[in-house]
Amino acid sequence: MAAAALREQLNALLSSMFASGLVDDQFQQLQMLQEDGGTPGFVAEVVTLFCDDADRIISELAALLEQPIVDFDKVDAYVHQLKGSSASVGAQKVKFTCMQFRQLCQDKNRDGCIMALAVVRNEFYDLRNKFQTMLQLEQQIQAQQ
Amino acid sequence: MAVVASETPFHVLAVDDSLPDRKLIERLLKTSSFQVTTVDSGSKALQFLGIHDDDASTVSVHAHQLDVAVNLIITDYCMPGMTGYDLLKKIKESSSLRDIPVVIMSSENIPSRINRCLEEGADEFFLKPVRLSDMSKLKPHILKSRCREHYQQEQQHQQSDSNSNDCSSPTNKSSSSDSSRKRKAEDNEEILPQKNRPRHS
Repeated sequence: MAAAALREQLNALLSSMFASGLVDDQFQQLQMLQEDGGTPGFVAEVVTLFCDDADRIISELAALLEQPIVDFDKVDAYVHQLKGSSASVGAQKVKFTCMQFRQLCQDKNRDGCIMALAVVRNEFYDLRNKFQTMLQLEQQIQAQQ
Repeated sequence: MAVVASETPFHVLAVDDSLPDRKLIERLLKTSSFQVTTVDSGSKALQFLGIHDDDASTVSVHAHQLDVAVNLIITDYCMPGMTGYDLLKKIKESSSLRDIPVVIMSSENIPSRINRCLEEGADEFFLKPVRLSDMSKLKPHILKSRCREHYQQEQQHQQSDSNSNDCSSPTNKSSSSDSSRKRKAEDNEEILPQKNRPRHS
């Protein structure tokens, strides 16, 4: 496919990610940093690191919530981590679901936490898919140049 | 007259247990023309700075004897094991490191936390996510601490010199050299001009 068409696709994807609140201004900060610093792989790198980190945290959370007696302090600490890194990359929806999750941790609501984890997981997978598409399109565009 | 070296970039040590956050702070600092070292814990930071947890107050390694001088330390607050606050305390307890400016970052806006850090000697508190505009706040702290350090060194030289002069008989020569030393100390008291305005502010 021609670079122009690919670029249109990429722009449309990014627009929809911003419009739906999937990513916020902080993500735009990352894009600007990439341009300002002349470091083409920066967004890809941070986004990939975030996704690996989030994956790891979600697994840990699942394991903790399966325990007969849930250590809510540990759960809260992990959710806090995920909230922090999602805020840093501009993953707004994931960040918001983490905030709700933390509230349920503080209430020591086990069922609520299990549901919250499911929501966080879904939001994260949705975001990861979009990030992956974004990176693929960027690579294809790069290949054309 | 002392001139702050403007050719060598300032070196910042960044401490954060989160990998994406480390990448971000590294890029922010590099974009702002700092040389950067990142570590993922407070204990690794202390290792890098050349002091050990247990004898922070007794080790006499001077900061300038490090392989690479550190001009500023920026650390996350919430870290497992040693928090940013714990790290700040250790740095302020160390005679060789206490003059290095320390900035704390946190994703949580808790006034009591912020005040506690500032009272312990932190120079600045950044709310995460940190932005490029925050980077322009760093250089003033580095320059301020350098001024202070240089002035203190001048004071020490002045005292040791005037002690040796007391031994000799008072002459016009010694008093005039005393006043010239005083003038020199006053010169160094002026705030040194910032030679490098950051590109982004």
